[in-house]
Amino acid sequence: MKAVAPLLAVVGLALAGWLGAGLSGAGLLFGLLLPYGAALTFLAGITWRILSWARAPVPFNITTTCGQQYSLPWIRSDRLGNPHTRWGVAGRLTLEILSFRSLLRNVRHEWVDDAGGAAPRLVFRASLGLWFGALVFHYSLLVVLLRHARFFLDPTPGCLNGLEWLDSFFRVGAMPVFLSGITLLAGALFLLLRRIWTPWLRYLSLPADFFPLYLLLGIALTGCMMRYSSRVDVDAVKHFCLGLVRLHPAAPAGIGPLLYVHLTLVCVLFAYLPFSKLVHMAGLPLSPTRNLLGASRMARHENPWNYPVKVHSYEEYEDEYRDKMKAAGIPVEKDS
Amino acid sequence: MSANLEKPGKVAFNPSPRDWLEPNAKGTPGRWSYSAKPKALQTLDLPNPREWSPDQVDWKLPDNWKEIILHGLKERLDKYRSLRLFMDACVRCGACADKCHFYIGTGDPKNMPVLRAELLRSVYRGEMTMAGRLLGLLVGGRRLTPEVLKEWFYYFYQCTECRRCSVFCPFGIDQAEITMLGRELLNLVGLNINWVLDPAAKCFMTGNHLGITPHAFKANMDFFVDSIEEVTGVRLDVPINKKGADVLFVAPSGDLVAEPGVYTLMGYLLMLHQSGLNYTWSTYASEGGNFGLFASQELMKRLNAKIYAEARRLGVKWILGGECGHMWRVVHQYMDTMNGPADFLQEPVSPITGTRFTNARSTRMVHVAEFTADLIHHGKLKLAPARNDRYRVTFHDSCNPARSMGLLEEPRYILKNVCSHFYEMPAETIREKTFCCGCGAGLGNEECMDLRMRGGIPRAQAVRSVREKHGVNLLSCMCAIDRAVLPTLMEYWVPEVGVAGLHELVGNALVLEGEKERTTNLRGEPLEGGEA
Repeated sequence: MKAVAPLLAVVGLALAGWLGAGLSGAGLLFGLLLPYGAALTFLAGITWRILSWARAPVPFNITTTCGQQYSLPWIRSDRLGNPHTRWGVAGRLTLEILSFRSLLRNVRHEWVDDAGGAAPRLVFRASLGLWFGALVFHYSLLVVLLRHARFFLDPTPGCLNGLEWLDSFFRVGAMPVFLSGITLLAGALFLLLRRIWTPWLRYLSLPADFFPLYLLLGIALTGCMMRYSSRVDVDAVKHFCLGLVRLHPAAPAGIGPLLYVHLTLVCVLFAYLPFSKLVHMAGLPLSPTRNLLGASRMARHENPWNYPVKVHSYEEYEDEYRDKMKAAGIPVEKDS
Repeated sequence: MSANLEKPGKVAFNPSPRDWLEPNAKGTPGRWSYSAKPKALQTLDLPNPREWSPDQVDWKLPDNWKEIILHGLKERLDKYRSLRLFMDACVRCGACADKCHFYIGTGDPKNMPVLRAELLRSVYRGEMTMAGRLLGLLVGGRRLTPEVLKEWFYYFYQCTECRRCSVFCPFGIDQAEITMLGRELLNLVGLNINWVLDPAAKCFMTGNHLGITPHAFKANMDFFVDSIEEVTGVRLDVPINKKGADVLFVAPSGDLVAEPGVYTLMGYLLMLHQSGLNYTWSTYASEGGNFGLFASQELMKRLNAKIYAEARRLGVKWILGGECGHMWRVVHQYMDTMNGPADFLQEPVSPITGTRFTNARSTRMVHVAEFTADLIHHGKLKLAPARNDRYRVTFHDSCNPARSMGLLEEPRYILKNVCSHFYEMPAETIREKTFCCGCGAGLGNEECMDLRMRGGIPRAQAVRSVREKHGVNLLSCMCAIDRAVLPTLMEYWVPEVGVAGLHELVGNALVLEGEKERTTNLRGEPLEGGEA
């Protein structure tokens, strides 16, 4: 049920795009209201979200140390896993963002029978499927996004042409095929199927975990269909996109209803992003277990809301035990 | 042993047939802790002191409990970026799920860190976000009901705040932080457990968790001095509350009373004596550990304040700290921020080797393993590792020194110098990936025994593997809670393996000036003839 409702929602959205294309006000709706509305919602939402995180103070240094501390000069410290310099922190975050380093540690536990008939054993096996799938998915998404920049830039920068050339290295017959489109579909499908097939993952998943995957699958599918089967007029698409960027919007003309479906899903994705788990991408650099120094005894971390608390003072303590302390030969401050 | 666990067993994923969003407001016997006694709450001026028990239906909450909790949640969302971020950023990828020893040991999906966090997150969404208020369960939002609150109590007290999940999370989401703040919320309406608040109240009044009075402290030290003299022939001087010492030594109080911790304490005494350090113990700051950490940041601060206050009163130059896990979470990551700056102390320098502990130049507190490793490295301690030859040793990294500090090599360096047979457990179970003993954060009580024995399965299995491979018979560790609870865990799962603190092994190997020929170790066992 948790996996079905969001599927229906995405199918509904796609249908709305398909049918909406035939309406008389389609130009206004798809050429103006939807893209601008989504863009504004996205920008306002993501700004609000990041500000809401950034505004909240970090009262304590709660680094998760994943390696040897910096201590004695003859012990080699782990400069990335347990950084004691800002450069180390930058390296740690960069590797985390670019290579999903923490996921690279992933293992799964398994109980195996003992060959000799003794009690079963708990073993850990490398489990890099999630790391690999996530990496393929996210990098494909990045390349696809960058490729789409050509629709919004005139003239198209050379580096984008270079990227396209690389991305379309493989050909099916004479037709260049963008690898990133295929891998994006495969990656999203992998993330979806693992969620459905793994019993414990299915148990913990929410509709909000399936919805964005269906949305992205829908976007990637319609994108591929436009490129490889219905072969939309790329120049017309660029004309429409440039119009949006230059604030001279014009209804997409003569491109076909698939674009409307694609556009609807993209707009929903962008508008939905700041209010969903998809904001995770912005969260990592702010994560206090990853972006602070491991060597927290070296420099004092300030808590802006530190406040005085009630303590039990030494004087009160000695008053209570003075006689016994003296009898035991423990030095005291006051004789009585 | 009350653990209702068929031994041996494979623990499988064991979900409730109902959706997880439906609260499980009934605890499992053996997996919840007794409620705190009203006296402890009164000592600490905490809200809603009363007699109550989790197995009764009425938890005697204040009438406006919901308002208090929601207000407390809102306040903490504004005070902690960590909480705000951890509420918003989780993608429920599941990487953390089987990194938790309690999930591995119970198969209960709400012991997966992701779902334990969702217990709070669902209320955050359902009560604090527009989408959650409008769409409810559809977006995973729940209203705060008495059942949800009870579920929080059961599951935030089935987490040892060990932070293993946060190592594997791609965003560094730390369930310990969520558990800590969740427990703070529970504390606001008087939902505390006795194993946390009773020691905390004692610590507030007497300076240590066990309620050891100053004269009893002295008597215990005298006993250790006698015991050491019996073994070594050397009578030590143990300074207490001494003004003019260079260094204040603070250790967990558990080592003052119970085996095998007492041997660790004797090890400190021997090492400190032989090093010639001008140091002192304090009866007022007689606790390094801090059960306040398991209740609220405020209580943590109130208990921790004694250490700097006493260092100032005694006029020492810097502070040396003993072997304790969560104590070092507090010292390394909270003390300076909460109760500093320690500008009345000096940057720590070992007077014996001249080493500057630059890594502690602000907090000005050094770990005893750093201090001893430095002594050994400079050849300042004469060691006879053969005296530990009856032991084949492995090392259990405690959660906090590993994941909230990174104290990994120092203890290993010491071990390799004080014993001849040292073997590592499998890589997935040590260092930053170390598995918890299953009893930290206030869960080391008798009533939680089922949970403890289950949560200890990953550690016990790792010990078993080196037991079978290398004949390991001693699990060494650097934490007072470990020393208190691992013997029970070993007895249950790997009965041939004993438990010892790092400095017990140092004490055995250390050759004192003027000592007699040793025939026994600190435990009084003959040096030869151990199982090998």
